[in-house]
Amino acid sequence: MAETVDGKKEEADYKRLHSFPLIRVSVAYMISSSSLSLSLPPFISPSRTHYFFQNAARMIKESMDKKFGSSWHVVIGEGFGFEVTHEIKNLLYMFFGGSLAVCVWKCS
Amino acid sequence: MPVPQKHAAVKTTQEFNTRAQSKAPVAKGVKVIGRKKDDDDRIDTGEEEWMQGKTLVKPPDQLDLTEAELKEELTRILTANNPHAPQNIVRYNFKESCYKPISSVDQMAVHFVLEGNLVHKDSHEARRQVAKQGVTEDMIVEDVVAEEEKPDTPVTGQLEGGEDMAEGEDGGGEERPDSVDIRAGKKEQKLTNQFNFSERASQTLNNPPRERSCQTRPPPRAHFSSTANQWEIYDFYVEELQRQEKNKEKQKAQPSKKEEDKIKKKMITVETQSDDITKITKVSKIIEHMVNQNTFDDVAQDFRYFEDASDEFREQEGTLLPLWKFQYDRAKRLSVTSLCWNKKHKDFFAVGLGSYDFTKQGHGMLLFNSLKNPTYPEFIFTTLSSVMCVDIHENLSYLVAVGFYDGCVAVYNLKEHSDQPAYMSTAKTGKHTDPVWQVKWQKDDLDSNHNFFSVSSDGRVVSWTLVKNELVFTDIINLSLDSTACGTAFDFHKQIDYLFLVGTLDGKIHKCSKSYSSQFLETYDAHNMAVDAVRWNHHHPDVFISCSTDWKVKIWDHTITTPMFTFDLNAAVGDVVWGPYSSTVFAAVTNDGKIHVFDLSINKFEALCQQAVVAKKTKLSHIEFNPVHPILIVGDDRGYVTSLKLSPNLRKKPKEKKGQELPKGPEVEIDKMEKLLSLLRESGSNQA
Repeated sequence: MAETVDGKKEEADYKRLHSFPLIRVSVAYMISSSSLSLSLPPFISPSRTHYFFQNAARMIKESMDKKFGSSWHVVIGEGFGFEVTHEIKNLLYMFFGGSLAVCVWKCS
Repeated sequence: MPVPQKHAAVKTTQEFNTRAQSKAPVAKGVKVIGRKKDDDDRIDTGEEEWMQGKTLVKPPDQLDLTEAELKEELTRILTANNPHAPQNIVRYNFKESCYKPISSVDQMAVHFVLEGNLVHKDSHEARRQVAKQGVTEDMIVEDVVAEEEKPDTPVTGQLEGGEDMAEGEDGGGEERPDSVDIRAGKKEQKLTNQFNFSERASQTLNNPPRERSCQTRPPPRAHFSSTANQWEIYDFYVEELQRQEKNKEKQKAQPSKKEEDKIKKKMITVETQSDDITKITKVSKIIEHMVNQNTFDDVAQDFRYFEDASDEFREQEGTLLPLWKFQYDRAKRLSVTSLCWNKKHKDFFAVGLGSYDFTKQGHGMLLFNSLKNPTYPEFIFTTLSSVMCVDIHENLSYLVAVGFYDGCVAVYNLKEHSDQPAYMSTAKTGKHTDPVWQVKWQKDDLDSNHNFFSVSSDGRVVSWTLVKNELVFTDIINLSLDSTACGTAFDFHKQIDYLFLVGTLDGKIHKCSKSYSSQFLETYDAHNMAVDAVRWNHHHPDVFISCSTDWKVKIWDHTITTPMFTFDLNAAVGDVVWGPYSSTVFAAVTNDGKIHVFDLSINKFEALCQQAVVAKKTKLSHIEFNPVHPILIVGDDRGYVTSLKLSPNLRKKPKEKKGQELPKGPEVEIDKMEKLLSLLRESGSNQA
C-alpha cells in the first residue's frame, strides 16, 4: 500500500515515453523535455473544477501547436481507451499523479 | 405734354399738408395727388404702393388739383414708338439745296448687346479655320463657323447686328454643303496617305508556359492504441518503482541517469560526426575517380580503344602512345628508383622514389598510384632514406616490401592506415650495410610465413621472414667470395624456385641456388660495367636478359655462357624488362630518355620502336609492363611516371598459316624463342 501512496505522490512519473526523437535530431530532446515541461504546469495548479481536464488539455494543445507544429491532439483523463493515428515520433503517452493519463499526439 | 409748374405744386403741397393733418383717410390724399399730374402719375402710383405702410410724404412740387380735375379720365395709348427717338430729324437735301425733314425715323431702341464669338460653320472664317485644323468635331466646326460672323457684325454696327445674323444664317446654309465637302476631302486625304504610312508591328517571343508541380510525401503515420484505466496506471507505477530500485542498485557503481543521458547524447553526436566523415571518404573517392575520368576522358578512351592505325603502313615499327602522367608535388626532386605493378589489382602500381646520387641523399617516398586517379596518389608514405626498390606481394597485395638506401628493409601493410611500416629492419636485426638494390617476395615458407629476399651492394643476399611481429633475416649467400662483388640486381626463376640470378657491380652475373650459400652455379661475364637489371623470360625457362650502363642489352640462354643476342643502345641502359604477353618482346629504357621496344620474332637486330618519351636531359630509370593491359610505365629521374600504350605492331602475335588455329599458351612462346635460339646455337656451334 505504501507503494500506491508513493505512486500517487510521485509526480511526473511517466509511462512509455513514446516521445521518440523527430527526424531532426536536435529537436528530439527539445520535443521530449519541453513537451513534458509544457504539460506539467497545468496539473501543478489544479483548481479541480469539472473543467479541469478541459483547461489543462487546452493549455497543452495550444502550447504544443505554437512550438512544434500544426495539429496536436491532447486527451487527459482517468479512464479511457484510444486508438489513434499519429505522425511517427510525435506521440507522448504518460501517466501523472498516480491516476491521470495524458496522451498527446500530432496528426495534421 | 406741358410740364407742370413748380409754383402750383408748391402751393398745392402746402395746402395738402394742412388738409392732411385735419382729414383722416390717407388714400384720398393720395388720389388727389395722383390726378394733378400727368407725367408724374405713374411715378406717383409707384410711390403709392410702397408708401402705404409709411407716413405720407408729400413731394414739394406736387400739383394741387380739385376733385373734379382728379376724377377726370385721361386716355393713354401704347405705341411702339421710341419716346426718346427724335421726331423731327432734318437733313440737308443737296438736290433741292435746303433742309428737309426725314420722312421716317428709326424707332428701334437697343437695350442690351452682347457680342459673341460664334462663327457659322459655312462662313469663310469657319472654313479657313477648319482647313487649318484639319478634321475637327462638328461643334468646333460650328463654333468656327459662328465665329465668322464676328468680323461681320462690328462692321455693320450694333443696331444692324440682328439683320446680319439673319443674313449670316442664310449664308451659312449655303456654305454648309461646302463644309461637308471639306470634311469629305480630308477623309480622302487620309486614305491617300495610306501609301506613305505603313504599319509595323512586332511580337516578342513569349516563353511557352510550363506547368510544374510537385507533391511531397505526407509525413509517415502510425497507429497507437491503449487503454487508460486506474488499474493499468497502478500496475505501471508498481513496475516503475521496481525498475527504479534495481537501477539504484546498479547506479551506486555507475554514473547517474542524468550523466548517462548526457553520455548518450554525446555518443549520438559523435557518431553522427564520425558517420559523416567515413561515409564521405568512400563517396568522395568514387567522385574523385569520376572527376578524373571526365577530365582525362580522352586519355581513358585512348587507353581502352585507341589502336594506332598508322601501324598498318609501318611494316615493322610501332609507336608508344603517351597516356597518363603521374606526378606528385613533393616527389619532384626525387627520381623514380623502382616501379612495381600490383598483380591483383591490375591498375595499381607502386613507385619508389629516392636518389641514386650518393651525395644527395635525403628522404624518400613510396607512392601508390592507380590508373583510375592520375592526379593524386592513393597512398603516400614518406621515408627517412631513399627508397631503392619496391615489391608488392603476389597474392597479398597489401604487403609491400621496400629496400632503402641506408640498407634497411621494411614491409608496409596497406590495410593498416598508418604512416609507419609494419616491419622494419634495424642494425640489430641484420640490415644491410649498403643500399638495397632489389627486393622480391617469395612464396610462403613451410611455416606459411611470408618472406622476401633482398640484395645489396654489401654483397649479401638475405632472406627475410615475417615471423609474428618481427623480421627475421637469413643470409642466403654472400657474394664476397670475390672481395669486390656487390649485388645490384637479381631475379628469381619463374618456375624453378631455388634458382636465381644476381648481377653485380663489376658486370658479372651469377647463377645461384638458394640451397647453396657459398657457391655459384654459374658465372657469366656479362658486362663491362655494373649490371643494372637481370630478368628471366616469362615464358621460356632458359632465357634471361641483362642490361648495363655499358650501353648494352644482352640475352642469354643460361646453359650457354655467351650471350645469344647483344644490342647496343647508344646510351646507358637503366632497365630492361620482358613483355608478359610474348616471349620475344622486351623493352629497355636509356639515359637519353628513350624507350626501346624489341620483338625478336619480327626483327632480330633492330628495335621496333625507339621513342623519346620525356624531355631531354631527363633520364629514364625504370620500366615495367602491365601484366594485363597493353601499357607500360616508365619512371624518370624527375619523379614522374609516364604511362604509354603499345601500338598494335608491338604486340603482334606471329601469323600462323591459314587454316591452322592459333595455338595459345606458353608453349607457343617457348617454341618461338626456341626457334630463334636454335638458329643461334647452330650458328654459334658452326662458328665454334
